[in-house]
Order: sequence, then structure tokens, then C-alpha cells
Amino acid sequence: MPSATLLGQSVLSGVFIGALYGLLGLGLSLSWGMLRQVNLAHFALAFLGAYVTFQLAAVAKVDPFVTLAITAPAFFALGMALHWFFLRFSVTLLNTLLVTFGITSIIEAGIQWYWTADFHRMENAYAAVRWKLGPLFLSLTDVVTLGFALALAVGTWAVLRFTDLGKAIRATTEDAPIAAAFGVNEKLLGYLVSGLAAAVAAVAGLCLALNHTLAPVQIYAWMGVVFAAVMMGGLGRPIGPLVAGIVIGVSEAITMAVTNPTWAPLVSFSLLIAILLLRPARFS
Amino acid sequence: MRTALALGAIAIVLCAVPFVGLPAFYESFLYLLLSAIVLATSWNLLSGYSGYFSFGHGAFFGVGVYTTAALTGKLGWNFLWTLPLAALAAMVLGVALGAVVFRVRALRGELFALLTLAITFVLATIALNAVDGGPGIMVNADIPKLAPTASGVLYLLMLAAAALTLWTAYAMFHSRFGTGLFAIHDDEDVAEVMGVPTYRFKLAAFAISCALAGLAGGIHAIFVSYVTVAETFSIALAVNVVLMSALGGTRHWLGPAVGAVAITVLLYAFTSGQAAVIGRALTGLILIIVIVAMPAGILGQILKRFRTKTAPVRLPRSEESMQKAVRHSSEPILLVRGVAKAFKGIQALAGVDLEVRRGEILGLVGPNGSGKSTLINVVSGHYAVDGGSIRFEGEELVGKPAHRIARAGIARTYQIPRPFPQLTVLQNIALPPMFGQVVMDRASAEREAWRWLEFTNLADKAHRYPGELNLHQRKFLELARALASRPKLLFLDEVLSGLTPAEMDGALRLIRAIRDQGATIVFVEHVMRAVMELTDRVAVLTYGKAIAEGVPGEVMRHPDVVSAYLGAAHV
Repeated sequence: MPSATLLGQSVLSGVFIGALYGLLGLGLSLSWGMLRQVNLAHFALAFLGAYVTFQLAAVAKVDPFVTLAITAPAFFALGMALHWFFLRFSVTLLNTLLVTFGITSIIEAGIQWYWTADFHRMENAYAAVRWKLGPLFLSLTDVVTLGFALALAVGTWAVLRFTDLGKAIRATTEDAPIAAAFGVNEKLLGYLVSGLAAAVAAVAGLCLALNHTLAPVQIYAWMGVVFAAVMMGGLGRPIGPLVAGIVIGVSEAITMAVTNPTWAPLVSFSLLIAILLLRPARFS
Repeated sequence: MRTALALGAIAIVLCAVPFVGLPAFYESFLYLLLSAIVLATSWNLLSGYSGYFSFGHGAFFGVGVYTTAALTGKLGWNFLWTLPLAALAAMVLGVALGAVVFRVRALRGELFALLTLAITFVLATIALNAVDGGPGIMVNADIPKLAPTASGVLYLLMLAAAALTLWTAYAMFHSRFGTGLFAIHDDEDVAEVMGVPTYRFKLAAFAISCALAGLAGGIHAIFVSYVTVAETFSIALAVNVVLMSALGGTRHWLGPAVGAVAITVLLYAFTSGQAAVIGRALTGLILIIVIVAMPAGILGQILKRFRTKTAPVRLPRSEESMQKAVRHSSEPILLVRGVAKAFKGIQALAGVDLEVRRGEILGLVGPNGSGKSTLINVVSGHYAVDGGSIRFEGEELVGKPAHRIARAGIARTYQIPRPFPQLTVLQNIALPPMFGQVVMDRASAEREAWRWLEFTNLADKAHRYPGELNLHQRKFLELARALASRPKLLFLDEVLSGLTPAEMDGALRLIRAIRDQGATIVFVEHVMRAVMELTDRVAVLTYGKAIAEGVPGEVMRHPDVVSAYLGAAHV
């Protein structure tokens, strides 16, 4: 049994990694729940965002947070383009999965071609900022990730819950033709949601670059965990995936502390399988 | 005869390859080509035929690899002996998984795909931690001396596996089994109600698919000679087999093989260094293009062109006489007692009692939402009842799966026609006879189908797809499909709604003709003219209860019935 300090530090790091799961899951949950698209390319987009941030920060010496001014709008446009593609060819739900798998391969190949398959780590001044909290350590980049995740999830929730725009989006989710008949511009809302989901991927990319080493193969490493978080938290819900992500992150961290770290993927994937088997009706 | 000779010649040429002294490189390339054919074709047996897209094929392949690697590398078994075990291990795993997964009705489409993706990672984690402990397994097996070189032997083994796989795919494609799987692909619920044992078929297809992948894995363990988790349980393999099958065409037994050859040759052109990256991007691009622009795949596209050129072949009418007319009697064929069904608190059926007598046409009427369609769904086994009993010819139906009920001789139509969209009209109608009371092979089922095509005046549409029919023709297709299994009891769910008066007259003639052939009919309808004209007796349902049963004229004057339709009289 590991010491209490180690366990505490594990739980803390689990919370932070869980925040990133939730951040990645936010976009996925929105596009699946509201647009009926399972967007595997979301992960590739987030990594693309991370690499672009890395490039701008490491080579052009731009402050990592300033890069968002470039990546977020660019990704918003990418998200809209993807939605246009799905509408133009009326791609079915299962086929969105296959098409975005194809897009993932293309982005992954693109990353590998430009940045090679080697690991990259973004050096930046923020990484060095750490605080001591009793026996535990906190780093600024982790706290920033949690902050982004909380702000975006709660913000999205509030927009959906309290504004007319949110009401229109929820109505469209429930029955697009009927919503359209009542004067909701459901096409425009679709582009908006898809664009926002991609813009969130840009934010997630920034957090990835701040906290993690980057390699193209790692795109796949995040899929299972984030899908588990999204499906536990609920499709089309902003806060659910974050809460579920933190639960998964903490259970993974404890698994790693107690047993061998290589067992960690078993936690999230077993959870995902269990949810699929026990509550499949939630997703149809 | 000519095809047999051609096949024999091809087989001899392929078997001779290792003995002509080609450089080992060619043997290895052909080996990879064949293993791609095995993997794509075996994936297609479940995923292409029945539409359960799996992203976990790499996992079953991996189980085969690790079985052989562990048995030869760690325990020193003879390599050939491990191959059946590799297939068996993958199959057992597939069956165990399918036995759980296929019971869950909602686990289809993207959810099944995600589930199988997750299984891959779980197995990879277990293999990494429990079997090879990280560094991988060295495989030093004695390769039997079947050919001059080791790569030649592996080529021959994979050739045998490919032949076995293609033969399996061909046989399944042309059998009842394959037809049932294609029906599951299009509409699983309807397939089950038409008599297809969907659960068993999916499980069997999955088992065969996994076993063949495991076999390929077993051979591959020797080919790579050093087995690691990262290389074995790769997502790339799962994606590639999906891509190959989609490219070649998932709805034909040979489609995946065509795609496998195309992709393997393409990837071979981009093997070294940076070019491999371009290869990966290209496969992604092709996947997108194929999914969006070529849903039928290369082979499907070619066959489509070919099919429109060949004129539809009309088979001769079969000689068998129609069933003899049964005089209607007072003997009940179906006895419904106290059947209840609730959906989340809405009591759709609240203790229905109903008697259907042999040979009659019973009209089942009632206001919208009174439970008529639910009753059909319950009797045909689509919904499980909450309570009560349903006896058909004295046999209890409650608790039986829908396909057993179909086999007992009960058929139904759907109010909104639900044909299998990707089967032709003829194939649609030929399906139920293959799974009916008397199981027919495909040829006699198609003969039977022709009879009903002519009966419903759809013969000239036999080779069209349901999407090309108008509503009136689709309703008749629905009828023909229900009739083709020669049911003893037939539920017609609003077959007349949406028809013009002229079309309606035709339909009424048809329904009488059906009865004259001996079927008992329960006729659910809102068109009162038809009900009064056609039925022997009428039963009225409201709020999930049968409130009256008897001769049409009397029942419709019954005060409870009048108030159910028009409200209570305030005098």
C-alpha cells in the first residue's frame, strides 16, 4: 500500500487529468448528442491544436495562451467545414464514425510528416510555476486546465439552460424538423455547435501541449478514456463528461499508484464496456 | 464444369508458387496479400453481412497470434498443433462476448463499434501485463518442411486459410444463414418477426469470423517470429479491414477480397520511411471517399452495372396446389387471456381477452391508441408481455422468442411498410419461406416467392428494390411477404390506409382470396366500410381492453362501442 501523501498526490493528478478528459469530452458530447455525429477526429484535432501551439510557442516564441487567438477561430472554421461535409453528403451516424476515422488517419499522417513520430515537449515558463499545498504539489498548468474545463463546461451548460439560443439548440436536438417548423434556424445552429466543438478541441490542444509530451500515436491513447467519460456523463451534456472524466481520472490514478501503471487503461475501457452493456438505451 | 476446371487450374498455379524458386520477397508479399484477404473476408462475415461493424477484429487476430506465440515460444509445442487452438481461443472469446452483447437490443451500429474498439484495448492491456510482461515473445517454432523455404511454407498455410475463408464466405452468402444475416443488416426486428433466429445467427457469424481471424493470427505469429503487443493489437489492422471490405463491397462474399488486394498493393507502394506516412494518409482519404461516394464498393458498383443489363429471369410457376380452403369453425386458433403490457406507466394493454376462430376474418377496431398495434406486437413476440396468456393452437406463446412464433405459423404486416431496403422485392418475399413452418432452401423459397409476386401483381417489380416502389406497391409487398410463409394466422395492420378507393377494392379482393386459401386473418382497420364488408366477426378495443366481440352489425351498435368512438350520450 502506498503512503497517504502518494495517494493524495495521485488523487490530485487524477482530478487534473480528469479535467482534460472532460475538456476533450465536451466537444465530443456536443457533436454526438446534438448533431448525431460520432467525431473520432476530435482527438486528432486536439493534437493538431497542441502541435500548432507547440510550434508557435517553441519556434515563433508566442505566449502559449495567445496562440488560442489563432487556433480557436481556425478550428471553429474547421468544425463548420466538417459539418458542411456531413450535411452535403448526408452521412449517417455510423458513417460519421468511419469518415472521422479516415480524417484521423490523415491528420495523424500530417502530424507525423511535419513534426515526425518523435516525442515533443513544449518548453514554457508556465511549466515551472508550482505551489506547495501541505505535502502536495500543484502546478499552474494543471490548475489552468481545470479552470478551462470548468469554465467551458459550466458556460456551455448555462447557455443551453438559460438563453433563447440554448433553448433553440435543445429543441433542435430533440426534433430538428419540428424546431425548424417553429422558426428555429436549425442549419445555422448545427454549424455553430460543430464550430464550437472544434474550438473547444483547440483549447484542449493548448492544455495537452502545456501538460503532456506529444507524439502522433498518442491520439489513440485518449479515445477510450474520453469516450468512457462522455458515455458515463451523458450525450449532449456539458457538465456530465467533466464529472465522469474526473471520476475516471482519479480511479486510474489510484490504480496506477496501487498496481503497475500499465494496468491503468483497463479501468476506463472496462468502464466503457460496462456502461455500453448496462445502459445502452441512453445512447440511441 | 468450366468454372470447376478454372478453379482447379488456379489452385494448382497458386500451390506451385513456392516450388519454382522465386525470391523469398515475392512469397512474403503474396503471404501478406493472402492474410489481408483472410482478415477482410472474415471480418465481413459478421460486420458486412449483418451490419454489426466491429473495430475489434485486430483483437481476435491478436488472440490467435498470442495463443500460437505462447504455446510454441514458451511451452515448445508443435506449431501446426497450435493453429486449431489459436482459432478456437479466438472463437471462444468471440462467443463469450457475443453471448452477452447480442442479447442487448440497443447495442448496434456505432455502439457495437465502440464496444469492440474498447475490447481491443482491454485485451491488449491484459496481453501486455499477463502474457508477455512487456518485451514481447520470441517465437522459435519448427516449421514443417512442406516447401523448400520457410516463407514458402507460411505462404502455403495462409493460402489454405484464404481458401477456407473464401469458401466459408461463399457458402454463407448463398445459404439461408447468409440471407438471414442480410435481413438482420436491414431491419433486425422485422427479420426476427419473419422467423430469422437473429441471436443465434449473429453469434454463429461472430464465432466463425473470430475463428478465421484467430487462425490467421496463429500463422502470423510464426511469420513475424517476434510478437509484441503494440504491433499485434493495433487499431491500424482493425481500420484496414474495414477499409478493405468497404472498398471492395461489403454486400458480396468476394468484395472484401477485392478490396484487400487493392489496399495491400497500394500500401506496398508506400512502405519505406516517409512514404509510409503518405500511405496512411491515402488509406484515410480512400476510406472517406468510399464511404461517402461508393457505398456499394468496387465490386458492388460493377455488379450493379452488370445486373441492369441482364433481363429478369422469370421462373415457371410451381406445380404445387394452393392450400385447401378451410371452412371456418368455432374452434379457436388463438386465445388471448388477460394480456397486459405497460410502457413506462402507460397501460397500453390492460388485460385483453380475445378469441380468434379458425378460418375467420376477425376485424379488430378501436380508436387511435387503443392498443391494436401493441396487441399485434405482443402476439408476434416483438414485445414481452407483463402478464396473461396467449395460446396458439393450444400452445403457449408467452415467453417464446419472435422467430419461434413465426415458425409456429403466425405472420404480420406493418402499418407503415418495413421492407428490407437493400434486398430486392423477390428476396424480400423469399425470406419468410426460408424461416417458416416448413424450412425451404433458397431455390424453393424463391419459387414460392414468385407465386406471391404474381398473386399481388408485383411480378414485374421482382428485381427492383423496395425504395423504387410506390406506397400502394409497398403495401402489397408487405402483404406478399407475410403470405409467403403460408401463415395459419395473419395479422393485417391497416393495409388499406393511404390507398385510393380503386386500390382499396383490389386489396379487399386480395384479402378474400387469402382467406379462401385457408389462412385465418385478424384485420386491423379504421376504414369501416372495409371492416363491415369483409369481416365475419369484430372485436373492439379501447384503453387496452376488449369491450365487445361479435357479428359486425351488432357490435357496432353496442352502447359501449358507440361511446368509445363518439363519447357518452347525454340525453
